[in-house]
Amino acid sequence: MMQRMCEFVTGLLFGLGLLLSGMTDPGKVQGFLDLAGAWDPSLAFVMGGGVLVGLMAFGVAKKRDASLLGAAFHWPHITQIDKPLVIGSLLFGVGWGLAGFCPGPALVTFAAGYDKAVVFVLAMLVGMVVCDAMQRRHALQSH
Amino acid sequence: MQIDWIHFTPWSSLAGGLLLGLAAALLLLSSGRILGITGIVEGLLPPKAGDTSWRVLFVLGLLLAPVVAKWIFPAGLIGTPRIDTSWAGVVLAGLLVGFGTRYGAGCTSGHGICGLSRLSLRSLVATLSFMFTGFVTVFIVRHVL
Repeated sequence: MMQRMCEFVTGLLFGLGLLLSGMTDPGKVQGFLDLAGAWDPSLAFVMGGGVLVGLMAFGVAKKRDASLLGAAFHWPHITQIDKPLVIGSLLFGVGWGLAGFCPGPALVTFAAGYDKAVVFVLAMLVGMVVCDAMQRRHALQSH
Repeated sequence: MQIDWIHFTPWSSLAGGLLLGLAAALLLLSSGRILGITGIVEGLLPPKAGDTSWRVLFVLGLLLAPVVAKWIFPAGLIGTPRIDTSWAGVVLAGLLVGFGTRYGAGCTSGHGICGLSRLSLRSLVATLSFMFTGFVTVFIVRHVL
């Protein structure tokens, strides 16, 4: 029960953080990505704040066998730098620059009811499903 | 280089970033999971038995944030989103973000915040990759086209 509550609160905290940080404003995200224009460095502060707390949390977690509530850690098992990682991230960056939305802020702005964010999220979900279908087909062919 | 002092918000952005880190810390130290929006949403498409409730609860909290923000933050602290991209641009960007984050196994939260905090080389490469094309894309859209 405690764990379930933490998961809900985590989502809420994360959404509030995105709103407060300015990440839910595509104009601000693009202002950060616009080095050649009037540059808004705010997003570097978002990343700095997030990683500062994150470093401490992951430092604590790495020394433990289980979470504070006794749950097992779900560490990612892939460590190699492969082509999908790089190609996928490069494509993501193009979309991120084009609309100023990444997945989390898009979902929050979608929930706030902005029509373009609603369309963005629907297209994003289609993109995810298409990628899954492509990878499944690829996996079948290689067997 | 010219700084956009009008829109620059170091304090609220830093505070927001600290909240993002706090959320990642809470999920990690309670459920043992890494906070990555792409991964959390992906696990719901389609939902799998025994691995759904935490994802739904997280997304529910995320989606309630705009309503809660109206209660707790002073009026005017959170600005209106400026979405200047055309409808066609929004659709194309959504498809690219959805496909790219799935194929690259993470986005700004999973690779950017958690991956860097975990000192993962894979996430560093991913973060540098999406930031690079983000910079290039905005340059082309704002200064070339």
